[in-house]
Amino acid sequence: MIMRAPLADLPIVFADVHFAVGAVTILDRVSLTFAAGAPTVLIGPNGAGKTTVLRLAMGLLAPTAGSVTWAGRDDVGPNRRAIMFQRPTMLRRSAAGNVRYALAAAGCARADRAARAAELLDLVGLAPLTGRPARRLSGGEQQRLALARALARDPELLLLDEPTASLDPAAVKGIEDLIRTIAARGIKVVMATHDLGQARRLAGDIVFMHRGRLVEHANVEAFFAAPQTADAAKFIRGELLV
Amino acid sequence: MTETSALTLVLSADPTLMAIVRLSLLVSLTAVACSAVIGVPLGALLALTRFPGRQAAIVVVNAMMGLPPVVVGLAIFLLLSRSGPLGALGLLFTPLAMIIAQTVLITPIIAALARQSIEDLWLEYRDELAAMNVGPLRRIATLIRDARFSLVTALLAGFGRAAAEVGAVMIVGGNIDGFTRTMTTAIALETSKGDLPLAMGLGLVLITIVIIVNALAWGLRRADERLAG
Repeated sequence: MIMRAPLADLPIVFADVHFAVGAVTILDRVSLTFAAGAPTVLIGPNGAGKTTVLRLAMGLLAPTAGSVTWAGRDDVGPNRRAIMFQRPTMLRRSAAGNVRYALAAAGCARADRAARAAELLDLVGLAPLTGRPARRLSGGEQQRLALARALARDPELLLLDEPTASLDPAAVKGIEDLIRTIAARGIKVVMATHDLGQARRLAGDIVFMHRGRLVEHANVEAFFAAPQTADAAKFIRGELLV
Repeated sequence: MTETSALTLVLSADPTLMAIVRLSLLVSLTAVACSAVIGVPLGALLALTRFPGRQAAIVVVNAMMGLPPVVVGLAIFLLLSRSGPLGALGLLFTPLAMIIAQTVLITPIIAALARQSIEDLWLEYRDELAAMNVGPLRRIATLIRDARFSLVTALLAGFGRAAAEVGAVMIVGGNIDGFTRTMTTAIALETSKGDLPLAMGLGLVLITIVIIVNALAWGLRRADERLAG
């Protein structure tokens, strides 16, 4: 259905990555690998560098120093990765139009787009709302639509930046169920969240960041049961990290 | 009495009045079409590209929205007059000269409004389109497509300015009866002659056109909200 050659993107390797804007360091010598498997969840306080890691992993930013490679390649050309931003922008067209647009951008043949869009909207539970203007959907519905649009890229890797921020519990559950479904299909999910409960529920492994540095990267059970650093322990206890 | 005569002229579709209205619409609509062809790509270029002097170019285009029509008329007159650089073309005092003058007047309006609309949308869409690996051509097409209602509103604003303009077309058209006389120049002339019924009749038509244009702009805005959200 997708016409592009399916390039492999995993594993993504961050090697001593430094990212700065002017004199401000955002990421400081981060080395990290995202491999196939259960979801990886990035946690840490505001300003920890979670969003920057996701954007670098997507190829939307280039490191100031160090390197990011996708399955050994350092190009950022056609790929099988997708990202959902914290506040996704809905294109000015219907829900189905948004998904069809993403399919077209991904190289899906015109004749296949309508059926594939219907399939994706059904997957995210928006089948009854296909014709509705995307900007008229609720916050939770827009997040679902953004997920459908991301899946239109037939991704091997799905990056999610705070996918449930500002959503009510029912909408959060809906998005979490979808993430589980997506992960069960073999798509590697890497997501950032502030919600520790969500991290426990969804993660296979946890990346804990603070002030642009990678503090811990561990299996989810190990991280929550026995954090290796004082900062991680404080963060888990809900204490403020400054 | 004068009002009744004016209304009678309009309702009876007086041939003189209708000829003036037809020429006015032809000149203004053609000018809008020319300005759209120049102004929308220029606006998109200013919105989407970065080059040295871009800020200055935006300031100049914005400032040109307030070009005084008589100054534009004078500049086009000097350009097209027999001793001017384009005098050999013999365009002065023709409808084409009026179209050129109106195009010069309204292109900055359309370009400035198009730039603003496209740039606002680009700031919204930039991350998503980059994440979808959308190439430059598809990106421009998407922005123009999704800003289409705002762009049509810009064209209507340009048309409103063109249709209501008098100074420039008077200078380069010469207000020649049956050839270059538009609604606005005819109103000015007939008022000075004391032929108020024709002047008022044309005024009625002009105001009606301006109201229709604004109603269209408003309707488009509503349609945009309903269809695109």
